[in-house]
Amino acid sequence: MTLKEIKELLQAEVIIGDESLDDEIAFAGGSDLMSDVLAFGKPGILLLTGLSNAQSVRTANIIDAKAIVYVRGKKPDKMGIEIARENGIPLLSTKFMMYTACGLLFSHGVPGVSGLAHKK
Amino acid sequence: MTMSSENEFSQRFEITGRDFSNAGKTSTGIKEILKEIGIDPSIIIRASIASYEAEMNVVMYAQRGVLTLNITPEKLHLKLEDEGFGIENIDLAMQEGFSTATDEMREMGFGAGMGLPNIKKNADKFEISSTPGKGTTLDIIFCLNKTGKK
Repeated sequence: MTLKEIKELLQAEVIIGDESLDDEIAFAGGSDLMSDVLAFGKPGILLLTGLSNAQSVRTANIIDAKAIVYVRGKKPDKMGIEIARENGIPLLSTKFMMYTACGLLFSHGVPGVSGLAHKK
Repeated sequence: MTMSSENEFSQRFEITGRDFSNAGKTSTGIKEILKEIGIDPSIIIRASIASYEAEMNVVMYAQRGVLTLNITPEKLHLKLEDEGFGIENIDLAMQEGFSTATDEMREMGFGAGMGLPNIKKNADKFEISSTPGKGTTLDIIFCLNKTGKK
């Protein structure tokens, strides 16, 4: 799914990154906990988060995330937007809560990070 | 920045404790340096994650720290020396989920007790030593040749 399709599905506002809307998103993950994102995130991930400080963008940059979608209508602070601009990370904001936003993406074919389920 | 020889790169970064607004800046810079040098992307991401976790630990728990990046043809070495409370029980601190984080740290999205285990997971070699009341030293090493690589 492209970022543009994700924007439409989540009725999201593009904060920055209009030029990247044709980028393909292969998988996504949602967390407010950057410790978890650093431990389980993978390059190319679409990160959904409710954490709107600059650490969300710095973390996304460190793990080579494709883009960030802020949930519950949140928006990053000025510094976060600046870091995203410098590093070419598109930022979107949706009014949906985390569960709904993730559920919408998953039900439309965007999988989670692979290989995390416990093997029995 | 110091270049001690043609085949070695070394740079020192100072990190200030409690400076949450700049937390992560050093590691973002290190990532850029590694890209410029042309380090393998799979190593860049592991080194960046380890550096970021280590940097966040200094910001959250120490007064100050110095992170030294040293690169030779054989290895990438991140050495972090901080001045702070130190760690009483390293075995406990290495357990996933163990944390002494405050609410302020958790509001930053950190303090889940994943930092040190995640550094160890990403590194090819990881050593930690600490003196309670004085500070902690981390040696995080990534092999750049095939021997010893994860």
